[in-house]
Amino acid sequence: MFEPVLLKNVEVANGHLLSTYEAGGGYQALRKVLSEYTPDEVVELVKQSNLRGRGGAGFPTGMKWSFVPKGADKPKYLCCNADEGEPGTFKDRIIMERDPHQLIEALAVSGYAIGAETAYVYIRGEYVAAIRRLEQAIAEAHEKGYLGRSVLGTDFNFTVHIHCGAGAYICGEETAMLESLEGKRAQPRLKPPFPAVAGLYASPTVINNVETLACVPHIVTRGAAWFRGIGPDKSPGPKLYCVSGQVRKPGLYELPMGIPLKELVEEHAGGPLPGRKIKAVIPGGVSAPVIPEHALEVGMDFDSLSAAGSMLGSAGVIVVDDSTCMVKVATRIIEFFHHESCGKCTPCREGLNWVVKVLRRIEAGEGAPGDLEQLDMLCKGIFGNTFCALGDGAAMGLRAALKHFREEFVAHIEEGRCPFH
Amino acid sequence: MSMREKIEQAAAAYPDQRSAIMPALVIAQKEHGHLPGPVLEEVADILGVERIWVYELATFYTLFHTEPVGRFHLQLCDNVSCMLCGSEDLLTHLETVLKIKKGDTTADGLFTLSTVECLGACEMAPVMQVGDDYHGNLDVARLDALLDSLRAAAGRAAGIEHAPQPLPGG
Ligand SMILES: Cc1cc2nc3c(=O)[nH]c(=O)nc-3n(C[C@H](O)[C@H](O)[C@H](O)COP(=O)(O)O)c2cc1C
Ligand code: SF4
Ligand code: FES
Repeated sequence: MFEPVLLKNVEVANGHLLSTYEAGGGYQALRKVLSEYTPDEVVELVKQSNLRGRGGAGFPTGMKWSFVPKGADKPKYLCCNADEGEPGTFKDRIIMERDPHQLIEALAVSGYAIGAETAYVYIRGEYVAAIRRLEQAIAEAHEKGYLGRSVLGTDFNFTVHIHCGAGAYICGEETAMLESLEGKRAQPRLKPPFPAVAGLYASPTVINNVETLACVPHIVTRGAAWFRGIGPDKSPGPKLYCVSGQVRKPGLYELPMGIPLKELVEEHAGGPLPGRKIKAVIPGGVSAPVIPEHALEVGMDFDSLSAAGSMLGSAGVIVVDDSTCMVKVATRIIEFFHHESCGKCTPCREGLNWVVKVLRRIEAGEGAPGDLEQLDMLCKGIFGNTFCALGDGAAMGLRAALKHFREEFVAHIEEGRCPFH
Repeated sequence: MSMREKIEQAAAAYPDQRSAIMPALVIAQKEHGHLPGPVLEEVADILGVERIWVYELATFYTLFHTEPVGRFHLQLCDNVSCMLCGSEDLLTHLETVLKIKKGDTTADGLFTLSTVECLGACEMAPVMQVGDDYHGNLDVARLDALLDSLRAAAGRAAGIEHAPQPLPGG
């Protein structure tokens, strides 16, 4: 039987308080690393665990940490990506609202590992409740000596600051986040240099997602072998899946990495609404290409989903049933990317504008012959040609909708109306 | 604490004052309700940064408003999960009962209606943010109840402001 660890405190009354967190063994990982491990040993442990980033791209966390140059004269920074803007995703919010100390301990352990004395949590401004909980938790942790000067009486100093975003999805992209933290418009930076070498204020910087960091204390207390023993070898560990849309039991589920999407949706999340059939599932937030019902046996991990032509992304699983028009879903997704495009590069800024216009026309029953070929061409012009992955995500999503549900697009054009309403 | 003191305190978290512009704008917007030009200039002066830097941020991020909004800003999510769970009907309902279109403010200044991108609470779709609070699992009945409670809260607040002073002697 799989035992949840990341969500262990989430259902507990007063799970956000330090006393509750400590009663459940909280801050033992921090004590352990400070008394028994060198920073390099913590990095090595995380490497051993095979932990891969939970923010979208799945980059190995230990490896990312090891890119931070040793003994640089500049201060090092840890940035926690709590922007959570990917539609369909709400896992980080729940951790921060219900178990904020889990994140704070994770930040302290990770900060120690990479040699940072300062962490910024970049959290979207809409998350007022989470921001308040984190602020309270930071104050409590300071009082108890888990943060501040000489953490737990050692020579490790560590402070956590909250930096609130203000409603721009692009801030979730790590280099745009750094720009935003520096007080600029959030537009992605050219890489290299990578943040690990020259990030915030041109200092070595590690950027990790909330859930990625939250795994770290558990790896410390339970060991790398425990972590590697859950789910597939190449992307192991417990995983948070956000399930929403047309499904009986939407919610946040902690299950092993790699569980079949079908099992997640049909069993854990209760399956389709009464009288409905599942038509498609978006497995990883709207950037992840849609998967048609017949292909839902795929495992929910980085490699299986990418082999199936999609991606794990943020694990924001959106369920679509047979009452819904896929042209409408695709249009709404592209409208989102178009709205959130930061405007830096032409294929994304102009291309998405064009795509949106064509899609809206098709959905309204005013599609013209040749529109689908034009959409194919536009996807080709956008994919691989944009400055950051936002444009790619949009193009991949549309391509998948055009591929798996082409007949719905064709029906709109041929019938001159949306067959769903 | 004055706005200046709050901003100076927030700025202490950063080695560079420019980083404090966003937090300062959050503080200023709380204080003034929105961010007109003179407020942006005051923020720039307090932080000692270029005014254009402040303008740049106030216009890039959607949570900053350079124009006034109503007493209650109704921000209905219409992204995919909320759309799949009926947010379109809720928008139509709101437009009908408030007699405004999305983007507008009611004549009494009480409500501004907007649609927003995913609020990160899709498990309780459809969701609307009002001020600091999220309201999830909405349907027409819940929406009406929410509007009533907001109106009542505004009435109570207005009632206090305009409450007749008790007459001397009873
Ligand atoms: C457009 C865009 C939006 C993103 N949004 C988020 C986000 O909201 N949260 C997040 O953790 N990562 C997001 N990412 C991924 C980050 O750039 C980065 O890969 C991640 O935060 C690294 O952390 P990890 O290694 O722990 O996954 C986004 C990437 C792109 C291109
Ligand atoms: S792909 Fe879009 S979001 Fe990314 S840099 Fe280009 S314009 Fe900005
Ligand atoms: S889609 Fe509405 S809260 Fe996520």
